[in-house]
Amino acid sequence: MSEGEPILSIRNLGVHYGGITAVREVSFDIWPGEIVTLIGSNGAGKSSILKAVSGLVPCTGEIRFLGRDLKGLAADRIVGAGIAHVPEGRGIFGNLTVLENLALATWQRCDAKEVQADRERVFDLFPILRARGRQEAGTLSGGEQQMLAMGRALMTRGRLMLLDEPSMGLSPVLVREIFKILREINQAGTTLLLVEQNAHMALRIASRAYVLETGSITFAGSSAELLGNPKVRAAYLGT
Amino acid sequence: MDAKYILQQALNALQLGSIYALIALGYTLVYGVLTMINFAHGDVFMVGAFLCFSAAVLLELPFVPALLFSMAGTALLGAAIERIAYKPLRRAPRVSAIITALGVGIFLESAMLALNPYPKSIPTLIDNVTWTFGGVTVSSLQLLIIALSLGLMLLLDFVVYRTKTGMAMRAISWDRALVPLMGVPVDRVVTLTFALGGALAGAAGTMYGLAYPVIDPYMGIMVGWKAFIAAVVGGIGNIRGAMIGAFILGGVEILVVAFLPSTYRDFVAFSLLLILLMFRPHGILGKTRAQKV
Ligand SMILES: Nc1ncnc2c1ncn2[C@@H]1O[C@H](COP(=O)(O)OP(=O)(O)OP(=O)(O)O)[C@@H](O)[C@H]1O
Ligand SMILES: [Mg+2]
Repeated sequence: MSEGEPILSIRNLGVHYGGITAVREVSFDIWPGEIVTLIGSNGAGKSSILKAVSGLVPCTGEIRFLGRDLKGLAADRIVGAGIAHVPEGRGIFGNLTVLENLALATWQRCDAKEVQADRERVFDLFPILRARGRQEAGTLSGGEQQMLAMGRALMTRGRLMLLDEPSMGLSPVLVREIFKILREINQAGTTLLLVEQNAHMALRIASRAYVLETGSITFAGSSAELLGNPKVRAAYLGT
Repeated sequence: MDAKYILQQALNALQLGSIYALIALGYTLVYGVLTMINFAHGDVFMVGAFLCFSAAVLLELPFVPALLFSMAGTALLGAAIERIAYKPLRRAPRVSAIITALGVGIFLESAMLALNPYPKSIPTLIDNVTWTFGGVTVSSLQLLIIALSLGLMLLLDFVVYRTKTGMAMRAISWDRALVPLMGVPVDRVVTLTFALGGALAGAAGTMYGLAYPVIDPYMGIMVGWKAFIAAVVGGIGNIRGAMIGAFILGGVEILVVAFLPSTYRDFVAFSLLLILLMFRPHGILGKTRAQKV
């Protein structure tokens, strides 16, 4: 697993909001092609880590993507570098149509033909979006919005996709559907960093996991190891 | 009172409404992306009129180049105001931005007063022909103003609703913090929005200067307020609303002048608008945003 260069390498990451420390001294690596999950309860600092990676919040420490230091890079440039972020709560633009949401995500791309092909691919993954193309995204159901958010991330052609609780507020059936699609996306070549409170589902598709507690990583290992750890099981799987 | 008279007044209302609309669009564009009222915008309109004057008198440019000169100048001015005065305040309380905007407006007025102590009059840049159709008088200037304004409005509507830049502007108005995740450089789009609003104000200043006898450094205050009210009536932040609000305001003003002493104009116009806002606080096309989480 850990051969070659990591796609994402984080060293001593710190995120502070005024006097509050949300993330402290976090270090981890992700290798190309992996699905890695980051598990933690409310307020553990999961979203803060993702936001730091995609440049939405300032941070200390070092973040390297494909060997390149992301320090000082604006968020829109980080997207251009190849990191797609599906934010917590989906973050779709409710006043734009589904098609416009997808189109906006291609802002930095100038390969019109490929964009067209990618859009077809998104529609193949999420057929409901094709049917809703001209509908305002704000009128979509929660599940459809999650699909749109993922489709949008795909449109940026990120090589690494950060997903912040994609299962939030969705029915179990839909969650299974979404995770199936995540696996497909991964198999097509996108590396995934999956933040979840829904540890059951996340551990089923992830090869490795990190557990975050009040801003620090307290457990790191393979999903199997995590599933075998009684303390972790008690805290995050309720068994 | 007859049909001819009404038609005549409708034409006048259309002309006045066009000018209000071009300015109102600037307020609404900026509000859309920053939820901020750019109170200096009326003065950008004033600068537009003076730029047209300079182009016509000092540079001796004909109409089209003078118009473009003025629009380019106010586009730059709008962008510069945003970069210099507003951008550093992006995270400051909203009242700071409002006070700064008022300050920028006063700055522009005083600077213009220093440069032009006396009111100016823009020479007639186009052959102003008047035609009379069954008692209704139409001037070529009037037609030009209406046509040009409508053209610019259609163009803006196209930009906002049909281009990627417009998409970005609308996305910013929904949730600015998330737009960078689409790879969109938000600051550049915001500056561009100010430039667009500025260009429209420049066009309005040019046309106002051609249609009305004098321009002076304070002309932007009242016209600016009215355009702002028009934007609010239409539903601030809403492009099509701003146009509708402007034509309503133009219509009301012309109607008042037609039937009442002209000193009643602003009083009646503003009262009607206040009443309308009592019933539709978000304006005609404005809606309280219903967002699904
Ligand atoms: N903008 C902010 N200003 C101040 N404090 C913040 C801000 N954002 C997050 N925090 C704090 O930082 C800590 C970590 O927040 P974060 O959103 O990263 O947690 P999380 O693990 O994603 O939680 P959840 O599972 O509830 O989404 C929390 O204590 C939160 O209150
Ligand atoms: Mg979170």
